[in-house]
Amino acid sequence: MKLAIVNGRVADPASGHDAMADVAIVDGRIAAIGAAPPGFKPDRIIDARGLIVAPGLVDLCARMREPGAEGALKIEMRAALAGGVTGVVCPPDTDPPLDEPGLVRMLRQRSREAAGARLYPLGALTAGLAGETLAEIETLHEAGCVAFMQTRALPHDKSVLLQAMRYAKTFDLPLWLRPVEDTLAASGVAAAGAVAGRLGLPSVPVAAETVALHTVFELQRAAGSPRVHLARLSSAAGVELVRQAKRAGLPVTADVGIHHVHLIDIDIGYFDSNYRLDPPLRSQRDRDAIIAGLADGTIDAICSDHTPVGEDDKLLPFGEAAPGATALETLLPLVLQWAARANVPLIRALGKVTSDAARVLGEPTGRLAVGAKADLVVFDPNARWRAVPEALVSDGKDTPFARHELEGRARFTLVGGEVRFERA
Amino acid sequence: MRNPQLNAKGELHHLLSIEGLPRAIIERILTTADSFINIASREVKNVPLLRGTAVFNLFFENSTRTRTTFEIAARRLSADVFNLDITRSSTAKGESLLDTINNLTAMQADMFVVRHAASGAPYLIAQHVAPHIHVINAGDGRHAHPTQGLLDMYTIRHYKRDFANLTVAIVGDILHSRVARSDIHALTTLGVPEVRAVGPLTLLPSGLEEMGVRVCTRLEEGIKGADVIIMLRLQNERMRGALLPSAEEFFRNYGLTPEKLRLAKPDAIVMHPGPMNRGVEIDSHVADGSQSVILPQVTFGIAVRMAVLSITASSQRIE
Repeated sequence: MKLAIVNGRVADPASGHDAMADVAIVDGRIAAIGAAPPGFKPDRIIDARGLIVAPGLVDLCARMREPGAEGALKIEMRAALAGGVTGVVCPPDTDPPLDEPGLVRMLRQRSREAAGARLYPLGALTAGLAGETLAEIETLHEAGCVAFMQTRALPHDKSVLLQAMRYAKTFDLPLWLRPVEDTLAASGVAAAGAVAGRLGLPSVPVAAETVALHTVFELQRAAGSPRVHLARLSSAAGVELVRQAKRAGLPVTADVGIHHVHLIDIDIGYFDSNYRLDPPLRSQRDRDAIIAGLADGTIDAICSDHTPVGEDDKLLPFGEAAPGATALETLLPLVLQWAARANVPLIRALGKVTSDAARVLGEPTGRLAVGAKADLVVFDPNARWRAVPEALVSDGKDTPFARHELEGRARFTLVGGEVRFERA
Repeated sequence: MRNPQLNAKGELHHLLSIEGLPRAIIERILTTADSFINIASREVKNVPLLRGTAVFNLFFENSTRTRTTFEIAARRLSADVFNLDITRSSTAKGESLLDTINNLTAMQADMFVVRHAASGAPYLIAQHVAPHIHVINAGDGRHAHPTQGLLDMYTIRHYKRDFANLTVAIVGDILHSRVARSDIHALTTLGVPEVRAVGPLTLLPSGLEEMGVRVCTRLEEGIKGADVIIMLRLQNERMRGALLPSAEEFFRNYGLTPEKLRLAKPDAIVMHPGPMNRGVEIDSHVADGSQSVILPQVTFGIAVRMAVLSITASSQRIE
């Protein structure tokens, strides 16, 4: 199978290439960028006039709801493709948690059958994610897990975290941690501050994040510096601590959810449960620090933190509503919107959801290079569309951006050189 | 974003919170309550304003006192009143909050008086009810208790006539108090120049300054020269965590005693939303003393709730 994508603007954050060029794809890999190889006769030509050809998005957190909701993975994979996402990192907070090799193999099998985006499963760091005993992380790695995560918060027992770090270091496996100290976050549902105070919502202090970060960095030093990825920063103070840790040479990377690049606690308005997210939205100062952290590289990547929530679980009072939002299909336009507002060059903005994310993951993806797998998206940066919940592919319909007009949309999504999604 | 409790003409369609209510609406409620005050002393206590109106008291959290005053208010307006004590266990049986609302709407409800343990629950209900239905918040989580706030304003106006030169101290567990939040919004909207929140730092929420409140951590400082002192109820469960060591130590520092009351203006009034914990936040000599207006508050509460029910009932939902 030979494919040509012609007349497009090819934007590759990894190489810095950003110019009009044709892309030739042969047998699932990129054969040329620019002049086609001699004698190249494509079976199909995609005319990308007015469109941008970029690496497919690599999403560092998207919940596919399997195991748990059987059949969901197929739908969510289609949502990923519709959003131009060609790689999804799935956190282990499934039902049951992804803590057994058999579950991982089953998930990978279902993913192959779904023929969607590439799946990068995260294994549970502790059995049942209970934070008490280690999961068989080396065996899980063998089964295909790319890293090991403790979701929601750090293990309550910090000696478990210290041993987990030592054990992971033994096999040089990366740990993904949510920088949340559970005793301080407690049952909070909104960021501590004037909004939570006024609305009478139980709150999460910034210290829940900063205390967790201090804990992680100290234990990391004590454990021989295992690789740690910090998932979903939310505060200005947290961003600053990560900046200092990186400056001090600790092997850490960090990401932020796309909603936290755009929204703040005031947006909750009159208890709108679409804005009930985990971590909770913080102040404008925190959002500005997140944007600055993206600019200077303190925050390596942006993820969708895609969380399909059942409608009944959102039609509840704010504090009782399930946290999370559907986001695979809104990730690309929201990244473009951030780039436009914060004056970030397109190619650098795309890097946060492609090459930088791939670097966090340690996988050879998220780039357009001769010889690389042809995982790419062809998108129209000017396509205006309304995020109508019912029209989203994902089973999750709840998003703070419901019915908002967005700009930028995938037209073709290719995985391994195969056109797996196209939109007229 | 339009305030969801007002219709397009700016009339009060639901009463969800005092925050964002125009001063004119608050004043209209207080003036209307005046006209209902005398009804209680008449032989025939009822007026036919809400005849044929079905008022459902939906109490997802127990409160006999608030429910009873709403019931009396609705009956005096000749409404048909239905009390539903929906404990959380029955909603846990599978029927969601909104299913419950839809079922009751099908029973030809016209008004819902809602008490719920979760902040914001009445907003969710107001968003999803049929357009002709009115929702009155009878207390939601820590967020708001607007009729209590309004009856407190009625009480203050009754004794002090004018809001323009007052110093009002709200004392105790501000963090968990929906009454405190409603009082603060009402007082600042009505132009009270000095509103003080008094309590230990563990019981003061963040953002009080942004609400126009002066924060005082010592009772003596907080009530000095005050015209009005609003004592809040301190729940026993607050002593279980690390917020407070004991009821005794709280009383020693924040309990209102006759000696401490002397720091306030000589004609200061003492209020409490009830039920009181004597010896925890308030000394019996103060609660029963000449400056206490705690019982008149209860009487005024009925007139104020009659005013709220009749004013909201008269608005139409206009989109």
